[in-house]
Amino acid sequence: MSASAAVAVHSLWTTAAEPAADRIGAPAIEYAQLAPTLIVVGAAVVGVLLEAFVPRRARYHAQVFLTVVALAAAFAAVVALAAGGHATTKAGIVAMGAIAVDGPALFLQGTILLTSMVAVFTFAERRLDPAHHGHRVDSFAAEAAAVPGSDQEKAAVKAGFTTTEVFPLVLFAVGGMLVFPAANDLLTLFIALEVFSLPLYLLCAVARRKRLMSQEAAVKYFLLGAFSSAFLLFGVALMYGFAGSVSYARIADVVDGSVADITPALAGTMGNDVLLLIGFAMVLMGLLFKVGAVPFHMWTPDVYQGAPTPVTGFMAAATKVAAFGAMLRLLYVVLPGLRWDWRPVMWGVAIVTMLAGAIVAITQTDIKRLLAYSSIAHAGFILAGVIAATPDGVSSVLFYLGAYSFVTVGAFAVVTLVRDAGGEATHLSQWAGLGRRSPLVAAVFAVFLLAFAGIPLTSGFSGKFAVFKAAAEGGAGTLVVIGVLSSAIAAFFYIRVIVLMFFSEPKPEGPTVAVPSPLTMTTIAVGVAVTLALGVAPQYFLDLAGQAGVFVR
Amino acid sequence: MENLIALLVAAPLLGAAVLLCGGRRLDRAGHRLGTLLAAASFVIGAVLFFDMLGRGAEERALHQHLFSWVPVESFRADIAFQLDQLSMTFVLLITGVGTLIHVYSIGYMEHDERRRRFFGYLNLFLAAMLLLVLADNYLLLYFGWEGVGLASYLLIGFWQHKPSAATAAKKAFLVNRVGDMGLSIAIMLMFTTFGTFAFGPVLAAAGETGEGMLTAIGLMLLLAACGKSAQVPLQSWLGDAMEGPTPVSALIHAATMVTAGVYLITRSGAIFNAAPDAQLAVVVVGAVTLLFGAIVGCAKDDIKKALAGSTMSQIGYMILAAGLGPIGYAFAIMHLVTHGFFKAGLFLGAGSVMHGMNDEVDMRKYGGLRKYMPVTFVTFGLGYLAIIGFPGLSGFWSKDKIIEAAFAKGGTEGWILGAVTLLGAGITAYYMTRVMIMTFFGEKRWQPAPDADAVPSAEPAAEDHAGRMPHPHESPKSMTVPMILLAFGSVFAGGLFSLNSAFVHWLEPVTAFEHGHPPIGAAAVTASTVVVLLIGVGIAYAQYGRKPVPVVAPRGSLLTRAARRDLLQDDFNHVVLVRGGEHLTRSLVYMDHTLVDGVVNGTAASVGGLSGRLRKLQNGFARSYAVSMFGGTAVLIAATLLMRGV
Repeated sequence: MSASAAVAVHSLWTTAAEPAADRIGAPAIEYAQLAPTLIVVGAAVVGVLLEAFVPRRARYHAQVFLTVVALAAAFAAVVALAAGGHATTKAGIVAMGAIAVDGPALFLQGTILLTSMVAVFTFAERRLDPAHHGHRVDSFAAEAAAVPGSDQEKAAVKAGFTTTEVFPLVLFAVGGMLVFPAANDLLTLFIALEVFSLPLYLLCAVARRKRLMSQEAAVKYFLLGAFSSAFLLFGVALMYGFAGSVSYARIADVVDGSVADITPALAGTMGNDVLLLIGFAMVLMGLLFKVGAVPFHMWTPDVYQGAPTPVTGFMAAATKVAAFGAMLRLLYVVLPGLRWDWRPVMWGVAIVTMLAGAIVAITQTDIKRLLAYSSIAHAGFILAGVIAATPDGVSSVLFYLGAYSFVTVGAFAVVTLVRDAGGEATHLSQWAGLGRRSPLVAAVFAVFLLAFAGIPLTSGFSGKFAVFKAAAEGGAGTLVVIGVLSSAIAAFFYIRVIVLMFFSEPKPEGPTVAVPSPLTMTTIAVGVAVTLALGVAPQYFLDLAGQAGVFVR
Repeated sequence: MENLIALLVAAPLLGAAVLLCGGRRLDRAGHRLGTLLAAASFVIGAVLFFDMLGRGAEERALHQHLFSWVPVESFRADIAFQLDQLSMTFVLLITGVGTLIHVYSIGYMEHDERRRRFFGYLNLFLAAMLLLVLADNYLLLYFGWEGVGLASYLLIGFWQHKPSAATAAKKAFLVNRVGDMGLSIAIMLMFTTFGTFAFGPVLAAAGETGEGMLTAIGLMLLLAACGKSAQVPLQSWLGDAMEGPTPVSALIHAATMVTAGVYLITRSGAIFNAAPDAQLAVVVVGAVTLLFGAIVGCAKDDIKKALAGSTMSQIGYMILAAGLGPIGYAFAIMHLVTHGFFKAGLFLGAGSVMHGMNDEVDMRKYGGLRKYMPVTFVTFGLGYLAIIGFPGLSGFWSKDKIIEAAFAKGGTEGWILGAVTLLGAGITAYYMTRVMIMTFFGEKRWQPAPDADAVPSAEPAAEDHAGRMPHPHESPKSMTVPMILLAFGSVFAGGLFSLNSAFVHWLEPVTAFEHGHPPIGAAAVTASTVVVLLIGVGIAYAQYGRKPVPVVAPRGSLLTRAARRDLLQDDFNHVVLVRGGEHLTRSLVYMDHTLVDGVVNGTAASVGGLSGRLRKLQNGFARSYAVSMFGGTAVLIAATLLMRGV
């Protein structure tokens, strides 16, 4: 709006007489560099409109199409940015200092988008359950708001309703996740956290089968998530009190002592290390909650078990990528000067997480809970790479996240296939002898389990090797020893499942393996392909992660 | 051009993947696809060969680096190929003979319902074997080495419903493990000594390394070669391996895989040249096996087992030649190639005979088949003339050179080795003449196949023959054409290679070459070879041609009976290894149960118990989860502050 136009408008809210210097300028937004996020969030908004205006029977196809196209377009935008040098030479801070566009951000965004894309295929799967009243059904409730077992629910099922809202919800969540590892100030970090968390709470609640369990999981996740968000927000406030700013770069400068000027209003608190350390511990706690590190992991098994399995796969993979990305940026950009303070604490968390995840997993009897504990143990392994505090540490974590997320999505996709009359058959005893009846599915699952266990020629080995190597070179030898020991413990229960599948007699009324549509097949095939490719020839991707390993400040 | 090298391996590998994963829908076209991809690999090999000929002798080697598999500091596991003259020779042999045998198998396995799988395994074998000879480092070679072992195991036991085939496959696998251990130890020793296992640096540095270490590496490599190439003392598996389908015996257990040991020793020539003790061991192994195999071959009535003994013996020649150093490497490889032609041809001929005789393998029940199977007779006959070293045919040129080189070794050793190789040539003539006469000449000795131990074959058609007289007939075109082509190789290859010593000059940049001078003159050696050959043929004719062959084998002398039992190899292994091993295992099992299991189970139980207790913390109440988070945060804060000492 030009100055003359502004003068012409007189209203209660504007005064033309103000001097130009005092006005708040329009923020400069680099739309091109924010394109991935904008595309996804824009598509999510369009998705909401589709829910409102498109007839019910066309919604499913419209939503799936929109979601896949949006994710693909956003991924293309990420690739274009990376090819244009924004990952390396042209890396920079955009959107008035709120968002960083650099190597790690683009690498993680690319990973999140690809993982989400294959995860969305499992969301759209409609062939696993037999059709109800002539309507194809997916993993989501006919009408999520209906009380389980009520007449309303029955009517919704009979009418063939489906919860197509899951697609815009996923897009919103992905939008938040894209911002999370790129957030360059604490407030953006918090907002991104909420933007991706809220849709996830909802998604957890909309399972078609075992609805009460699903709702219980959602409520638990929401309560505990809100609890941890409060901690995080309080930590943000304390850090602001310390530095007089929420910007990462500014806080880092204050930590280094390179900024001497003190904001008058904060004279009493600025530069007070106690505020910084307490605030840091609280922000860190918020992030550790999201990655499921001990002792902030308690929600993981319950939520992973209760949520619809496609959501679990999506959540387990993409949330972890986003949260570890944010953690890396926080530790490497804001707090490198505090390395000697946070490393011992993180050591402790990593050790407890690796051991607890692996040990408790041994006695699990439900495949989804087993995978949940496995994801906890993996969070511990990744923390070992984070602790390295070297460029190699960053790239190894990036690689691990990429490798791990595809294995996870693939593994949960396989879980959706093994079914009996009551839906998914997740009790381990039901998986006995699966290899006799469905050798292909069992073999694929075995590949994923071997990757989780870190057996050579799978991506799990390359990833684990990279993080342990980085940790050892970063002076965390003890951590590596504990990591290898807990890998050994973890290998026990992965192999146990393989033994169960291939060397046990199948039960007479065991579950059947549903034949999925090409959607889920694609998910599983991509998972296997990436797992093997990163295991057999990891060097290219290690190099890619290595090039992407420098944060902009 | 170097980018084509990976395709050599990729084509059959693709075939194996498609055929083995493709499922039943490929049953009808699978064999064609497999054959086509084998042929594609051969065409690529031929293109590379002519390209190689276009360059000077020193610039012929090509390298292709695909990627590094997890490089850690100095540890570089490169997936990289090297195509030099030695590899090229193998590539052409493997893909050429391999393709012919694929074609042959189309006919031979026609009635087998698992034919698609068979071709998948064959393609897998080709891929692994090509990887073995194309690798540019010992680690990748080891990968191929294990790959051919796997393919060999799968194919020997292809008719797994026969317990004898399953046992034979297991035996081959186990015996090969012993050799494979040798190779892996050799590779580890190399890495500690040289810091790398790429051919270039290892072989270049071999000259400046301590002889003790080189001898150790050399002996371990020899152990590996003994396992794969069925040399004494690891020879026992080859005879049993004949349980596999005959094309497998021809391709894997005669022409290609069993010669991998010769390749390994030739490739590692620089190590052996600098370790005379290891080299002596190689020569001794070769000489002993040469006679061992030949003697076994004389006593066997099973046509395939007789040929297997012969294979063992011929590879003994090659190993012996490779152990002679630069005077022998080129001839070892030359004999390897010519042997590849005539032995594959002989096996295919044997398969053709069995095909016409209801899978009967006992030569005492053959006889007079030349009238019924003219093509098989002629091609088999040419292979026979080649293997006994009839002047002018392939085997003559290569074997004669090895005998000359053995004499040229010099000193007492030279005389002994020369005498052994000469004697071996005589015995070869004897047992091959015996095979030839018993199969194609004399009276018909066919008998109805007994009902009881029905024909040991997977071919459903054979079931119908049970209890009836065999009707010998010529095999179909798909089987005879490969035999004819191989017969051409058996006749002409040796002569072509020897024109102006073409083969020796071709290999010289890789293996180095010194001209050996036998103390009695080359002409004298050749003359005595021919004389010994005629004596061998004569004795065989006197024993089998002049008198009717009894259908039931006579009791025979002590040596004959021992030879029928493979010179007591299995009895020896049983007494020394199996019994000893059992005692060792029993004591180990005792230790394991009492000590190791105690520790392991104790650990497992305590981890499990801990797990059970920790699990109770997960009680399902959001409130206790929140408490744990709160407590965790408090500890985080406290620890952070404590670290700072605030």
